[in-house]
Amino acid sequence: MMPIEGRARRFGDDINTDYIITSRRKRESLDPQYLRRYLFEELDPAFAATALAGDVIVAGANFGCGSAMEVAVTAVIGAGIPAVLARSFSRTYYRNAVNNGLLPVICDTARISDGDRLLIEPAAVRNLTTGEILAAEPLSGIMLDIITAGGIVAYLCEHGDFPNR
Amino acid sequence: MAGQTLSENILSAKSGSDAHAGDVVVCTVDHALGTDGSTPMAIDYFHAMGGTRVAHPSRLVFALDHYAPAPNRAIAQLHQRIRDFAAGQGIELWDVGEGIGHQLMIESGRAVPGGLVVGADSHAVTYGALNCFATGIGSSDLAAIMLCGRIWLRVPESIQVRLSGCLPDGVYPKDLALALARELGAGGASYQALEFCGPGLDSLDVEDRLVLANFAVEMGAKNAIFPGAVQPDADAVYVRRVDIDLDSLTSLVALPHQVDRVTALADAAGIPVHMAYLGTCTGGRVRDFHQALAVLKSGGGPAPGVQLVVTPASRTVLETLARDGSLADFVSMGAVVVTPGCGSCCGTCGAIPGDGVNVISTANRNFKGRMGNSSAAIYLASPASCAAAAVRGII
Repeated sequence: MMPIEGRARRFGDDINTDYIITSRRKRESLDPQYLRRYLFEELDPAFAATALAGDVIVAGANFGCGSAMEVAVTAVIGAGIPAVLARSFSRTYYRNAVNNGLLPVICDTARISDGDRLLIEPAAVRNLTTGEILAAEPLSGIMLDIITAGGIVAYLCEHGDFPNR
Repeated sequence: MAGQTLSENILSAKSGSDAHAGDVVVCTVDHALGTDGSTPMAIDYFHAMGGTRVAHPSRLVFALDHYAPAPNRAIAQLHQRIRDFAAGQGIELWDVGEGIGHQLMIESGRAVPGGLVVGADSHAVTYGALNCFATGIGSSDLAAIMLCGRIWLRVPESIQVRLSGCLPDGVYPKDLALALARELGAGGASYQALEFCGPGLDSLDVEDRLVLANFAVEMGAKNAIFPGAVQPDADAVYVRRVDIDLDSLTSLVALPHQVDRVTALADAAGIPVHMAYLGTCTGGRVRDFHQALAVLKSGGGPAPGVQLVVTPASRTVLETLARDGSLADFVSMGAVVVTPGCGSCCGTCGAIPGDGVNVISTANRNFKGRMGNSSAAIYLASPASCAAAAVRGII
């Protein structure tokens, strides 16, 4: 897995999938390029217009709670965002992220500020703005294999099935 | 090696391995549900994976429940796409009007005790009431199950929830669910299983247990599970134990806009209510409507200015209410009766609240904008508490 460098976009705790993209928008289209225009519209109406490809979402605890809807991941990818850092994730968001090749990073995000430059490595996050190095939980096993392949579609195209055991 | 929790026990059987918390295992799925919210993307993923024929059509089922009936042309076309795919692949389809997929998984017997039963919707956790390992998955997972019948799962640590005593009169399983949400918090059980046990279980039948299992995901839980044919080992290891004395519980309410902002119903007294919503996979079964109706009838129906919305969880629930006269009672007191399904719980169809409207609901989520209007406020309570608020026009 290659290191990812990007600008932090800061959010708080308990960001549910309806806040990431409302079910209402999902009724209009499932196209990530359409949905990206409404990312986080309930929390920060200016977010979508100011998000740049390569930006990284940084949140507190329980990111992606609520509905398991996968557009909450694909819309983020649609905006060119390669990774989400959080103190913890809801499990459905975490697995949808892995399955779509969006890197979920569990680390202590408390001292990352909006706009900080970050370098994300497999087991650490370097805050290039403050100089701080944060330990991150590395992915392993099949989760690492899936994310390295670029998601579950690429993984299953390559392998046809999951390994036994 | 330490003994196994209920979840470890089932995931061991389904993966053919000795599964313990923290392991990532590949399991064979017994049944998988897709909804109109998740299936269209799953079909796209399936085709992108190179899929042509699904591996085990009899283990799959699709429910058209989130947009029932279709509110616009785009959704009508999505529904048509799901119908065509299901027909072509020989997959059972629960069409518009049959009800919420989770309720139908239970009514149809697909939620098998001891089984691994998943749904591409977060409230698939509901089936754990029936002693199966049940969890919510995404569309891509559903596509992988279509392709090869299997899924990767991290084996969860388990929190043991030990119940004692018996719920007092006027206190309901929903109050117990809210008490758990207050105790654990919205992310308090993230990645973990809630395993229920204790003498208090004797007083909770399957319908009561469904409410508790359904609510587990609001605490971040991967699944909730009750003992049955499959039991945990005596020396199973738990990360935490929560003791709840049912006798000590009172009526509770979750305040907007977080499910764990729980307070005593009495402390919220006086808050005006403009809409009372009876329905959903938490509170849309026959008993829920009977409990609400008893309160509404004794109070003379909803107060002027309160919109009462009734959305049965399934056609079977609706038929039962029609046969026993409850439906006529609801209609005569001015209730808006909506097609069985998810209704306005997720704001995609049904009765959408206006700006400034306070809703009291039997549902499981009160996020801002959840019912389709971010300027409305949602309070969560038991069917009886919702009905009482409707009668008075205030909580």
